[in-house]
Amino acid sequence: MNPLVERLYNGIVKENPSLVLMLGMCPTLAVTTSATNGFGMGVSTLAVLVMSNLVISLCRKAIPDEVRLPAYIVIVASLVTVVELLTEAYVPALYSALGIYIPLIVVNCIILGRAEAYASKNPPLLSTFDGLGMGLGFTIALTIVGFVRELLGAGTAFGYQVAPDFYEPIAIFVKAPGAFLVLAIIIAIMNGANIMTRADEIVEDCDGCCARCSKVCHTKEGEE
Amino acid sequence: MTSLIMIVITTALINNVVLSQFLGICSFLGVSRQIKTSASLGAAVIFVITIASAVASLLYDFVLVPLNLTYLKTIVFILVIAALVQMVEMFLKKTSPALYQALGIFLPLITTNCAVLGVALTNVQDGYNLGESILAGFGTAVGYTIAIVLLAGIRERIDEDAVPAPFRGAPVVLLCAVLMSIAFMGFSGLSI
Repeated sequence: MNPLVERLYNGIVKENPSLVLMLGMCPTLAVTTSATNGFGMGVSTLAVLVMSNLVISLCRKAIPDEVRLPAYIVIVASLVTVVELLTEAYVPALYSALGIYIPLIVVNCIILGRAEAYASKNPPLLSTFDGLGMGLGFTIALTIVGFVRELLGAGTAFGYQVAPDFYEPIAIFVKAPGAFLVLAIIIAIMNGANIMTRADEIVEDCDGCCARCSKVCHTKEGEE
Repeated sequence: MTSLIMIVITTALINNVVLSQFLGICSFLGVSRQIKTSASLGAAVIFVITIASAVASLLYDFVLVPLNLTYLKTIVFILVIAALVQMVEMFLKKTSPALYQALGIFLPLITTNCAVLGVALTNVQDGYNLGESILAGFGTAVGYTIAIVLLAGIRERIDEDAVPAPFRGAPVVLLCAVLMSIAFMGFSGLSI
């Protein structure tokens, strides 16, 4: 497979950040009260991820190894501020719906995880596609979670009424517990499908977190 | 006085940082295997968030606002938090090796814990002064500790149960979080 296409496939399906690697759980649960919000959050993260992967890949030979994490954090925080100001200026409705979760993209595990695990070791074009794939995977996952919650909790999809009149919306799905419930069921369905197709490779939860997750996930050491 | 107490109750129970704000989910799901380790992490989080909210509040009021640089708050806060965690780690290593032993491995993890940055940003958004910020930070961290220790208690028991294969790992932990979250919704009756 073409390496660029392979990167996209890897991000969207094989290592989907939300559903397989279990990274970036905060926004996945917090902003998915509707499909539109989930999609908006996904696109904001996608933008930051593509740019941060590109910038970090370009700077990878200039940044000394000892200070790489602080350097990455500064790059990511600057890009997040740019995205935050742009959202506030051009999509104010989304800005007020997402609120504090836009600046919190800085501490989204996916971004530092990809910087550390991929962009710091690979050339710019491949890194950009890696960011694009991961960002698309994240956007798709958030949109699905948001779609399910909005449909069950409000009877709408992307703001349009789709449920028949006799359907009584189950409000708990757009409240906090619904987020955990929908995500649990989606992951269980994916696990079930994995068990049926590949008996040996059951997706385990990724213990430990965030910046170091890429390492933790593969070695399975976690915090213990 | 009542309003100050309400800040602590609101941040710790009514708007629980994990179960209703969804901050710090990573460590909530990741480091909740045993009550002992989760309690240590909780202690470290209380320590760091309380100090971080004080420092962030001071910086915002006395540096960023006078210089008209409030749009830089995300960058400044995350750097301050990262530096602060490093300093706390070094300070503890020198002065209190026992405490360092207990909290040590969790301190670096806290830098990427979105609850810390989240509290600092929320305090600024709500226009809290120094005292209120410290109380809000403390309350949030106590709420985090309550949630993670409770979840660890549940998980210690689940480990011995026969969970259906697709629900092993993350899904069953998320299902526990659902029930805890519903229980914590009951606290909303406390708000005045």
